[in-house]
Amino acid sequence: MSEPSNHHRLIDALGAELVPVRRLPPPWRRAAGWLLVVAAIAAVLFVHYGSGGMLRRWAGAPDLAWAGVGAVLTAATAAWAAFALGVPGRSARWAWLPVAPALLWVGASGLGCLRDWIAPGTVVAGPHQPIGCLQFIIAFSVPLSALLIWLLRRACPLRPVLTAVLIGLASAAASASLLEICHEFDAAASDLLTHALAVVAVIAVNAAMGGRLLRSR
Amino acid sequence: MHASLTADGALGLDGVFRRPDPRAALSATPASAQQEADQRRAAWMAAAQAGDRRAYERVLADSLPLIRAAARRQGVATDNIDDVVQETLLTVHRVRHTYDPSRSYDAWITAIASRRAIDALRSHGRRDRRELHDEQVLDMQTDHADAARDTEREQEARRLRAAIATLPPGQREAVEQLALRERSLAEAAEHTGRNAGALKVNLHRALKALRNRFHGDS
Repeated sequence: MSEPSNHHRLIDALGAELVPVRRLPPPWRRAAGWLLVVAAIAAVLFVHYGSGGMLRRWAGAPDLAWAGVGAVLTAATAAWAAFALGVPGRSARWAWLPVAPALLWVGASGLGCLRDWIAPGTVVAGPHQPIGCLQFIIAFSVPLSALLIWLLRRACPLRPVLTAVLIGLASAAASASLLEICHEFDAAASDLLTHALAVVAVIAVNAAMGGRLLRSR
Repeated sequence: MHASLTADGALGLDGVFRRPDPRAALSATPASAQQEADQRRAAWMAAAQAGDRRAYERVLADSLPLIRAAARRQGVATDNIDDVVQETLLTVHRVRHTYDPSRSYDAWITAIASRRAIDALRSHGRRDRRELHDEQVLDMQTDHADAARDTEREQEARRLRAAIATLPPGQREAVEQLALRERSLAEAAEHTGRNAGALKVNLHRALKALRNRFHGDS
């Protein structure tokens, strides 16, 4: 009999400190809020670099456009999936949501390497030039990941590492989308490899650090 | 009716990927009765989110069988199920704002209970690995084998846990990280995102509050 009375004593104690709470908005709305921040950064980059160069590149080489669209969709779906996994009771299969857009992003980027002509307004990056891309993706991924982790700490991610991987994917894809605005290099193996390295690094760091930060609940 | 009310299932993903009904293992109650019970608990939790203490205590009391069933399904030993119940109740209290009343309450609490059950299994696994089997050590422990004292200690632990649950969030976090999970200041700071100084101050305040509470009780 002592066990039930212990539980009821705890329930009484929890009831005594009950205060009204503000309900968590649905995952799609929280993801949309984060994407608005990404859109605001994109707007600043458009003001600085203009959209002409990007549109010229996309018109001349549609594979670059498809890769850009894939990156944007990957960012949106990965963020949505991360917020969905932040709510107890949601299926772990939400994690599959960004897979198709990610395949489009990676596939279109890879196809670009097979072209034997150079997209308009671009050059093929030399061995050291893609380092700038790596720095850009990592520099933008850090604050975007931090924002997602901060937002998700208000939720209850019961699968912290999987959620952190999605956070990494969302922020790396968003950073790659932003890079598209001012990216002056054509798709090439060295450039693609640098992008892949940056994305994998962002996801791995998130899985290691973000998983711990999300676990404290 | 309930499934059609999903607030954010625009892709219907949760509907498509819905897990087996978590209450199925509980009893042979007809599905409609289970659904009614789920809706009743959902309404109580929604009222609790608005600050209704009576509804909150009802929904928590009504959730105990669901939590026990989830712990059993994960393979938690009978002796440890009550610990999982307590941990789950504390987690529910911290994350009650994440419940969406348009969705199944039972699925929500079952997911939390299952996670706490897995945590309990891992924690017991770690403790078992750390155990010493040296005969001398066992001899030294004979006075601890007294069942009555163990029970008393368990009850004290539960009282302490209930008291910790009533601490402000920052103080509770410091106690959980530094005292219960035995993390170092640096580890706790990394896990919580707070600085070591704030954790130390919160721990100090929490210990003072707990001391006052227990001296007041005795």
